[in-house]
Amino acid sequence: MTEGRPRSFYVLAIFFAAYVLFLYGPMIAIYILSFQGPQGGLTFPMNGVSTYWLAKLFQGTGIVDLGAAFRRSLLLGLVVMAVTVVLSVAAGMAFRRKFRAQSILFYSAIASLIVPSIITSLGISLEFRIIDDLIKAHWNENFETSMGLLTSGLGAHLTWTLPFGLLIMFAIFNRFDPRLEEAARDLGATPWQTFRHVVLPIILPSVIGIGLFGFTLSWDELARSSQAIGPVNTLPLDLQGLTTTVTKPDIYALGTVISAVSFAVISLALGTIHMLNKRQAAKGSDAGKGLV
Amino acid sequence: MDTSENILHQASSGLARGSDTARAKAARLSPSFISWLQAGPMMLVFLAFFLIPLVFVVIVSFWDYNEYQLLPAFSGRGYTDTFEGCIAQIPDLCTIGKTYLKTLKLCFMVWAITLFIGFWVAYFLAFHVKSKTWQMGLSLLCTIPFWTSNVIRMIAWIPLLGRNGLVNSGLVKSGLVNQPVEWLLFSEFSVVLALVHLFTFFMVVPIFNSMVRIDKSLIEAAYDAGATGFQTLVNVVIPLAKPGIVIGSIFVITIVMGDFITIGVMGGQQIAAAGKIIETRLNALQFPAAAANAVILLAITFLIITMMSRIVDIRKEL
Repeated sequence: MTEGRPRSFYVLAIFFAAYVLFLYGPMIAIYILSFQGPQGGLTFPMNGVSTYWLAKLFQGTGIVDLGAAFRRSLLLGLVVMAVTVVLSVAAGMAFRRKFRAQSILFYSAIASLIVPSIITSLGISLEFRIIDDLIKAHWNENFETSMGLLTSGLGAHLTWTLPFGLLIMFAIFNRFDPRLEEAARDLGATPWQTFRHVVLPIILPSVIGIGLFGFTLSWDELARSSQAIGPVNTLPLDLQGLTTTVTKPDIYALGTVISAVSFAVISLALGTIHMLNKRQAAKGSDAGKGLV
Repeated sequence: MDTSENILHQASSGLARGSDTARAKAARLSPSFISWLQAGPMMLVFLAFFLIPLVFVVIVSFWDYNEYQLLPAFSGRGYTDTFEGCIAQIPDLCTIGKTYLKTLKLCFMVWAITLFIGFWVAYFLAFHVKSKTWQMGLSLLCTIPFWTSNVIRMIAWIPLLGRNGLVNSGLVKSGLVNQPVEWLLFSEFSVVLALVHLFTFFMVVPIFNSMVRIDKSLIEAAYDAGATGFQTLVNVVIPLAKPGIVIGSIFVITIVMGDFITIGVMGGQQIAAAGKIIETRLNALQFPAAAANAVILLAITFLIITMMSRIVDIRKEL
């Protein structure tokens, strides 16, 4: 590649660099601004450097209980991640052979991805309202609501994360060599052993990728949560609420903390994927381990 | 990614061979039953939290309502309220007409810009970055922001575009303007900027996906046959990247059509849009009217997708 690149390379390289700057520049600006001094405002220049606003956030002096919202979002994110991984891997396996209703599931997933989030959210909220009304009318007059973080909220988030999980599974199995499974079967492995000791180790890096999508998409989800989350709020909803009222760097500090969690999860996932890939490259495939 | 049919064939032939060996357990569970077990849970989630809710949206859009509650009786009020005055005001557009026109205009602007940026970013990644490691690394660089919060990426523009923001202080210092420019933030400009910022990713991924599958020798052949760079682009690259372009366009257009958060936050809650109408009706607890608007939005979105998928078979491209 030393033979010299065409001029278009340099033009597009600059264009790409500008795009990356456009992506990251503003985000970095607010991370910096959240370390303003106590007198700092919403814009540059920095008015001193301190951790005043971050500390203020953790003292919880705000109007809303951010600590509780934080824990709720974390819990929901982890549950969404686990369910997304399990259901996506299972459905991905099913798609490797023909079954009836295959195209119904496929089109449901695609539709769930592209139908505007507010419509899905409204639908879920109507569904749960009607369920509530039925319960009140027939069983328990004092019933409050069946909507909540791990009922309607979980469902709303899954309609957003599962399509990504399924599409990633398609990508995985398009590159997967089925001869590895045949070999395992020929050696006498049961279907479960084949999956556990051959398929899973090979697809594991991508499965962690699904988990990464599951958690981060849930952690930041807003549009689908807006109507369907029930009586409590998640962290992004609180943050959105603050955009209209707050005029101090609190909001940047909150943004920085939320992003820190995202980046920690992203690093953890990418680090693990990298490690697994390296191990696969070094030791060859894990396929067959534990069967011999 | 390969066509799924291929994989299915391979998988099913593998399965046929596996069943020849007739292992006791596998024989007891029929393959279709196993498929149901595997795919069933996901299907149930979509059924309970997507398909049935959509049915409820359609049903409730024909219900009646008053200030306090839903009235489960057939009524077209959700729709008549929405289109109030539309016939009387002809030839002028009524509120809903104006709002949809505005939404379509936003949609078109965002689509054009994201397509331009997305196409060239994908082109750079697919054709100019030769090493696989770099390709992975740079793609990841484009993906990481997608895993972070949209709201944070919106408010991140405030220190740059605000009245005392970096852009304005730069403009004032350089003497280009006398006083800070007001239209940078909480305006249509900032809405389009933020939408482009957030959603170009949805354009880059499918276009990149189509482009990496283009056989490089086709491009060499075009050059050898005497085509200029521009001719190669128009006659070889763009037609072959078309599926990605269409899929990316569908994503961007449907996202912008239904958006109410970006338009709300970046428009200072002052700009009307299709998604915002639904939100406003919901805040007023007028569920049937909100549902009626959702049905209208869904119909228009569906229409756009149908028109676009005439151009390409989505199923074949995944």
